[in-house]
Amino acid sequence: MAAQTLLQLTGISKTFGGVRALQGVSFDLRAGEVHALIGENGAGKSTLIKIITGAYQPDEGTLQVQGQPIIDNDPSRAHALGIAAIYQQPALFPDLTVAENIALGLEPPRAWRRVRWGERRTRAEQLLKRIGAAISTDTEVRRLTMPEQQLVEIARSLGADARVLILDEPTASLSDQEVENLFRVIRELKEHGVGMIYISHRLEELPQIADRVTALRDGALVRTCRMSEVSRADLIRMMVGRELSAVFPKIEVPRGDVVLEVRDLGCRESGVHDVSLNVRAGEILGLAGLVGAGRTELARILFGLTPADAGEIRLRGRLVTVDSPARAVQLGIAYLPEDRRRHGVILDMPVSANTTLGVLRTISNLGFLSFDREHDLAADFVSRLGIKTPSVETPVGNLSGGNQQKVALARWLAAKPAVLILDEPTQGVDVGAKAEIHRLMGELAGQGLPIVMISSELPEILGMSDRIAVLHGGTVAGILDRAAATQEAVLELALGHGAGKRVPS
Amino acid sequence: MMGRYRRELSVLAAYLVLLLILAVRDFLAVLRGGHLGFYDLGHLRALIVSNAPLLVAAVGMTLVILARQIDISIGSQFCICGVVAGLLSKAGLPMPLVALASVLTGAGMGAANGALVAGLGLPSIVVTLATYAMFRESLRWAREGEFVHDLPAGFQWFGTGQQAGQWLVVGIALVVFLAFAWGLRHLRIGRDVYATGSDAEAARLAGLRPRRVVFGVFVVMGALVGLAALLNAVRFPDVDPNAGTGKELQAIAAVVVGGVAISGGRGTLAGSLVGVALLGTIGPALSFLHTQPQWEKAIQGVIILAAVATDALHYRPSRARSAAE
Repeated sequence: MAAQTLLQLTGISKTFGGVRALQGVSFDLRAGEVHALIGENGAGKSTLIKIITGAYQPDEGTLQVQGQPIIDNDPSRAHALGIAAIYQQPALFPDLTVAENIALGLEPPRAWRRVRWGERRTRAEQLLKRIGAAISTDTEVRRLTMPEQQLVEIARSLGADARVLILDEPTASLSDQEVENLFRVIRELKEHGVGMIYISHRLEELPQIADRVTALRDGALVRTCRMSEVSRADLIRMMVGRELSAVFPKIEVPRGDVVLEVRDLGCRESGVHDVSLNVRAGEILGLAGLVGAGRTELARILFGLTPADAGEIRLRGRLVTVDSPARAVQLGIAYLPEDRRRHGVILDMPVSANTTLGVLRTISNLGFLSFDREHDLAADFVSRLGIKTPSVETPVGNLSGGNQQKVALARWLAAKPAVLILDEPTQGVDVGAKAEIHRLMGELAGQGLPIVMISSELPEILGMSDRIAVLHGGTVAGILDRAAATQEAVLELALGHGAGKRVPS
Repeated sequence: MMGRYRRELSVLAAYLVLLLILAVRDFLAVLRGGHLGFYDLGHLRALIVSNAPLLVAAVGMTLVILARQIDISIGSQFCICGVVAGLLSKAGLPMPLVALASVLTGAGMGAANGALVAGLGLPSIVVTLATYAMFRESLRWAREGEFVHDLPAGFQWFGTGQQAGQWLVVGIALVVFLAFAWGLRHLRIGRDVYATGSDAEAARLAGLRPRRVVFGVFVVMGALVGLAALLNAVRFPDVDPNAGTGKELQAIAAVVVGGVAISGGRGTLAGSLVGVALLGTIGPALSFLHTQPQWEKAIQGVIILAAVATDALHYRPSRARSAAE
């Protein structure tokens, strides 16, 4: 290969608090090539990217840029070295114009430097022209569509003389036509010798655009090969080909009546449409799908955060309207959000007050809170769920992530819900706490509680669920029974079979 | 228990030190054959009576700040409610109805603030800055700065005479304080206020209705301002249309000094009580200690800064930790 090697990573390892994110990964990028990076959610792609962009330091391994070893990489260093990343959600300043956005980071950062508006505009126009984008430089970025914003970002990174461009799921919310435009720009950039790392869950795109492909799995390198050598089936096998590593304490529970049923549910605002599914007493229904497939959005509809504008929700056969979280709680729908650290618990409040927040009525006498009962209830949950806390009066903000999660769970269990929706219940908690949360889920299902579990971790989905609803493009792509569910089957559905449907942006 | 009230106790300690200094001063004065100054019963009583309306307003402000909001329109509300009370009394309404009308007038203005903040989602500092000016200017337009004179005999001191009237004013303020202090801790709605102020989104996800809580605290704030204005007005023979000027800053200062976090969710009414007492004592203390009275505002400012700074220093480490996790 004559092309110059722009980027060379060798034996990169990275550990976060005992969790191994990357182990001994090597990766290289040549001038003028598109190198696809694939892997499941959590395979280590983001960590690898963050090491390249300088957001993280590797624990082991070396990074070379154009043959030069780089020690102590950081974001501004990486920027100076010509490394730029473009994420799914454009990171532009919405209130500034296109020209200003492109100028930021390119002009010398001297506060008293006079702004040469003409120069800014001309440069922005030239850069946009180079990628063939017809965007007025005086437009405020908030008025641009998502693909236009991406192009502005690409133009900006070109202005910074980026030689290495990282594209993280750039097509996730683009229409077919927009994808074509983006590919045209990418080919243009290849001509100019820019090397691109291309991350996408849309495997069908890769043969069109990628020269080589590298698959990561559980933080380790699976294989790097030429795109022309592998089929789509090979790619899927590279991504998932492993046995279930964890043991899931799945208890067989006789399934009862349907508790929650939705039919043709949709919400235009969140892009969810025509969702039909049900959950029975004692059943754990897994919601699988890629990031952006509509899993969390569906949960938010069921909890009244973004009320449905189509279809119906039935709870124990009764038609209900869920137009606010307060209503959902009244109906007995409990939702443990994904972003637990921000909104799952109230960090300032003690464990006891967090636990009883949803059931203050039941611990009150004639409307007066009984602190004894509150204490007893909280203490009971602390011991039942194994919450590690100095006392029930400790503010939840002082506990570890896994224990915060258990407090959030305790609050909902105290409310004795009709159905429990868990959004990534074990994300970011340590292995021990994870096993315990799984054990609890099994117990709760055993007591007849229907559970809807959203998870990006395929082993968790396969290990814990009685049935798996796989979402793609905002709707149910298929529902698999436990017996029929394999990693390949789930991933096939999640990837949307071939061209698949696309969410309008 | 001690840990939970650490902030309140440290303010209380500062207050006790001030009282001690004043006690030494009075002791020395008596030794030299002079009179009691600060601890003269008549002076103490006058001081407590004059701060009773502020305590009532500070109770409302505590709720507002706990819910992570602010209300700077209460000075103007205070002026309007006082004038309304005076005019209605002059028109022959019996005192209980005058009191009710004053409270309802305040609640109405509070509801306007609450609707704009909770209903439209506007920031409370902007909303209440606007209503501060609107309320004040409409009173000026309607009354042209005129005092309400010739009040009926039943108005001043509720017609009970100064001695009993003073007890009544202080008694009402204390009952309001105790009722809210108890309710904030023992009622569900009190818990809702703390939860809303700590993290409104988390409260919403827990099935609470934070917008209703925010609306509610503004209405209660207004109602308490109406009561405070009445308790203030009955102390004088005429109603001053500018009686409320600056009350918003006094109330906010007392609450903040009392340890209620301006970022919401943390603090108690006990703290606000100590805050009112501490700030109210500074002025008299300066005059008894023969310091120039101009220093009063400056010293109050230093105390407010010290209170906010200790709050920031005390909470920064744990905040940073939970954010980094």
